[in-house]
Order: sequence, then structure tokens, then C-alpha cells
Amino acid sequence: MSAFLARRVLQAVAVVLLVTLIVFGLLRLGPGSDRAQLVGTGAAHSAFLLQYLSWLGQVLHGNLGFSTTPAEPVTTLLANALPRTLVLTGLSTLIALLVAIPAGIVQAVRRSTATDHAIRTLTYIWYGMPSFVLGYVLILIFALHLHWFGPEGPQDSGIGGVLTDWQDLTLPVLTLSLATIAIFARYMRSAAADSLDEEYVEAARARGAGERRVLLRHVLRNSLVPVVTLLGLSIPQILGGALIVESLFNFPGMGWQIWQAALNHNLPVVLGFTLVIGVGAAIGSLLADIGYALLDPRVRYQRA
Amino acid sequence: MSAEQVNAAVPEPFEAQPFEAQPFEAQPFEAQPFEAQPFEAQPFEAQPFEAQPFEAQAFEAQPAHSAARARGSKGRHAGPAVGPALPAQQDVASGFRRLIATARSMPLATVGLAILVATAVFCFIGPVLYHTDQVHVFLSQANLAPGAGHPLGTDGDGNDELGRLMVGGQVSLEVGAAAGVLAAILGSLWGAISGYVGGYLDAVMMRVVDAGLAIPTVVVLLVVVTIYRPTEPVLILVIAATSWLSTARLVRAEALTLRTREFVQAIRVMGGGSLRAVLRHIAPNAFGTIVVNVSFQVANAVLTLAILSYLGLGIQSPAVDWGDMIYAAVQTIDDGYWWQIVAPGLAIMLVVVALTMLGDGLRDGLGRESRGR
Repeated sequence: MSAFLARRVLQAVAVVLLVTLIVFGLLRLGPGSDRAQLVGTGAAHSAFLLQYLSWLGQVLHGNLGFSTTPAEPVTTLLANALPRTLVLTGLSTLIALLVAIPAGIVQAVRRSTATDHAIRTLTYIWYGMPSFVLGYVLILIFALHLHWFGPEGPQDSGIGGVLTDWQDLTLPVLTLSLATIAIFARYMRSAAADSLDEEYVEAARARGAGERRVLLRHVLRNSLVPVVTLLGLSIPQILGGALIVESLFNFPGMGWQIWQAALNHNLPVVLGFTLVIGVGAAIGSLLADIGYALLDPRVRYQRA
Repeated sequence: MSAEQVNAAVPEPFEAQPFEAQPFEAQPFEAQPFEAQPFEAQPFEAQPFEAQPFEAQAFEAQPAHSAARARGSKGRHAGPAVGPALPAQQDVASGFRRLIATARSMPLATVGLAILVATAVFCFIGPVLYHTDQVHVFLSQANLAPGAGHPLGTDGDGNDELGRLMVGGQVSLEVGAAAGVLAAILGSLWGAISGYVGGYLDAVMMRVVDAGLAIPTVVVLLVVVTIYRPTEPVLILVIAATSWLSTARLVRAEALTLRTREFVQAIRVMGGGSLRAVLRHIAPNAFGTIVVNVSFQVANAVLTLAILSYLGLGIQSPAVDWGDMIYAAVQTIDDGYWWQIVAPGLAIMLVVVALTMLGDGLRDGLGRESRGR
């Protein structure tokens, strides 16, 4: 396990370094003034590597640069936006898992029956429907027509205010969970279908285990293991989805900030946030792999 | 994942078996199931391998089947199901029957392809029959509900929605198809090289993919689009440059698995070079995966373009795509002009669903074939 851990941590460090290189590369594409602000005036005209190291030094000291339009440090904006996005994505992912896991297993067990086709059609439609169209339709029906929920996300500055404003929080969370369910359900169906085909399922049946026991103890448990990986790998995708939902519902989380900054050519904010998301996703994927190795010991040896 | 695990476990006992497996009493018992596998694996491998040359022939033969136009392109995917090579002089009726048989065997893919063909006809031939002005502004006609003269209503500039759907669809389909194909090619090359060569190069190439995947595509696109003016070629390149990563992972995994498969090892044992193994056995087998992936990549590119346009950072006016139409509709969200979002929203959905059906259908069809189920 320790060899696996060491190798995997080393990989994650390499990925994080590459993420910083990509972000710095994007910074180099942009106008010189933004670069001068982030690499220091002294290094602005030196070689790529020197600039990169100087910038990396600033980042490691917690300086992500200064935003232009709200004249504030990028880190201050980040501290305000991050909790909102975590609330939105956390709630949505939880709901998505609670719906997608049973749906995927039901589909796999009833493969090629009417139930499978019905759920499959639904996930196709969800999958194909862009989340901003879905959100717009939800706003039209539930906010503008029925007046059940608010058309905008919670605007309260505190996180407690966001959580208690369930009327405004419902539609953004619903939109993001529906979009995420589509991704998860397709994955769960194949994960469950794979474990149904495994020899241990046949072996369990041969030993005389009932269908219920086979499903709960063998199929469900084994198809839950890949979910850990799915979660780790979906972080960027879910955050990308959050960007769209936040922009539609005018909910000032990380995605909304990136979007506004992009529209205003406020590059330090876009890149600072991008860096945080990239590093966060790399760490998330590392944790998911460690979790997977704890749950399924075969992985530790297989990737040696 | 499970496939990798199983395959990782197979080679060792399999290699040990020809030598001294016999004397031990316990081992033949374990060796038995493994022995059965190479036998099964051989016919699997032979099928896709023989099918591939046929696919190319069917493609060339299409102009001859002029009666089959739309179904003809289905025939491209028909290869594996039909079997032996088709002579060019084969009579049209028999070829036609084969196509229908293949289409029946893959209903999901067939329906998906039919929807795509219909959409392309609608967008590219539609404007010839249904003339509209999508450049000038007609404020007196703005935001009209669907009715006489404007079957799908008008937008905030007074442009006819039905005509706009056709013109906008051209950009969506062009960028989607070009970016999706480009991404699949880039990703396949990257993944294949990484998987075949292995070692340190593989490790470095895959960490690059990991780093790229860690950053949400939308975010990278937003950065690039704020720096470069988003024209159609720029959008194609940028979307392709951010979406090849998943293909690279997929093709690498395929290459790694295929490399350790019994039929490839058997070729090596029989004295075949690694070039032969790669070209005649690995490449044709990975080709199915790549073809399936192209349709997912195109679907993804169509969605990505729509997202960019919806965020107000897509193609510049007067050019328009389906995402732009939704962006315009969202600006007046409180007025309840539902028709302005329903038409482009359904169009995007239809194309993405059709492409996903095509990809899933092909994968199931090819997969069932190669698994012998």
C-alpha cells in the first residue's frame, strides 16, 4: 500500500505542477499588464522559466493577483465565492448519487426491458439537454408561472443565509442535480452491468444465494466501488456545470465570478480561480484513488 | 477497470502453463479456465479484423448504390455484422437488403443516424426552400408568438425563428462535426503513442492529460475566447484542443489492454513482429472504439459551442448558432417568450441525443459482436 501511495502522491504532484504550467501558459497568452502584476515588474522581461518560477513563488505565498473591476485581491473574492459553490455542488452531487445509483442498478438488472428503455430514454434526454435550457424551463414553470420558487439563486452574503433561503436555492440545486444525474446514471448502469457479468455473481447464484442477496451483497457493493472514482473524476465536470447554473441563476459563486471576469477581460480573477479549481480537482482525484485502493486491494498491485 | 484487472491477471499463469504446469497437481486445475480463454479470444479477434477492410470497401462502393443514399452511410457501420468482403460488382438489390438487415440489427444507431441526416438536410437545404433575412433588424416584428407567417415566432430583433434555426444549425453542426472529429484524431494519436510506447513517455503523456482534465473545459475555453476573437475556425480549434483528453485516455487504455491480449502475444510467439501486431491486430481492434468515440466527441462539441454562445462568448454577430439563440432568449427571461428557447433548445437536444444513440448503438452492436453475445 505504501508503494502505491508514494507513486500516486508523486503523480498528483506532477499533475499539480502541470496545472500551474497550463495556467501560467494561459497567462502568457494574455496582455502584458496582467503578467507584470503577477510576476513582478523585475521579472516581466526575463525568460519564461524565470517568470514562471517568480509567479509560482507569488502563488505559494498566497498571492493570486488583484482583480480590476471590483478592486480587491483575488483571494478575497475566492473566500466569498468558494463556500457558495461548495453548497451548490455538494447538495447537487448528493441528490444526484441518491437518484442515479438505484436507477443504474435497476436498469442493469432489468437490462433490455421496458423499465431499462424508459430510464434510458430519460437519461438520454437529460444528457442531451444543456443545463441552461433545463434551468430556463424550470424557471419558466416553477418561478414565473407557478411562483413556487425564486427565479434567482440566494443573494445573501453569508453561508447561513444561503442555506436557509431554500426558496431561492431549490431551482439551482435541482438544475445541477438533474444535469449530474444524467452523467452518473449512465456510468452506474454500466458499472452494475459489469459486476452482474462477473464470475462471483454466477458463483453466488451457484451456491444458492437468493436474488436479493446477490443484488445487495455482490452487485450493489461492487458497483459502488467505481463510484468513488467517478466522484473524483467528476469534480471538474461538476464545477463546469456549476458555472453554467450559477450564471443562469445569477448566483455569485466561483463559476459566476469566472464568467463575469471573462466578460470583463479580468484575467487575474479567471486564472486565479482556474488554478484553485485545477489543484482542487487533482487532489480530489488523488483522494478518490486512495479510497479506491482501500476498498479494492487488487488496484494496489495491478498498477505496480 | 475490471477488464484491466482481469487481463493483468491472465498472462502470468498463461505463460507458465506450456512449461512445467503439467507435473503439479494443483495447477492444471487453475490453468484450465485460462486455457479456455485463448480459444475464445481467437475468433473474437478475427471478426473485427476481417470486418475492417470491408468497411473501407463499403464506403467506396456507396456511389454505386445511388438508390441507397441515406441508408448507404449506415452501411459504413454495417461492416462487422455482415461479414466477408463485398465485391464491387455485387448487385444493388442484394446490397440494399444487407443494409436493411444491418440497420435492423442496430436499431438505436439507425434511429440516431436518421435523425442526424434529417437535421443536416433541414439546416443546409432548408434555407433554399424557406427564405428569411437573418441579418437585418425588424423591430416592428420583434417577439411575435408563433403564428401565420412565422411558424416558430420571431426573436427580439424580429428575425424569423424557423429560418434562424436553419442558419444557426449550420454553424452548430459544422463546428460540432469538425471539432469533434479533430478532437478524436488528436486524442487517438496521443493515446495510441502513449499506450504502445509505454514507460516514462507514457507516464509523462498521461500526466499531461490528467492536468488538462483537472481544469473544467468551460473555464479554459472562457480564457482563450477572451484573448482571441471567436470566429468559426478559432472555435473549432479551441474546442478540439480542450476535448481530446478523454479520447486519449480511452485509446491508451485500449492499446494497453490489446497489447497484453492473448492473440497479440500469440502472434509474437509465432514470430510476428511488433509492427504486424500493432497494424493488423491492435489498430483494427481499437478502430471500433475510436469510431464510437467520434460520435460522442461531436455531441460534446455541439454542447460546448452552445455553452460558449449561451455565456455570450461564442461566435460573433451577424453569424449565429443555436446557443446564440438561447443567449438572446435568456436576456428577456422574465417576459416569458417560451418559443425563443424551445426551438433551439430542442434542436440541440435532438442532435446530442441522436449522436449519443448512434455512439451507444454502435458500441453495443460492435461489442456484442466481439464478445460473441
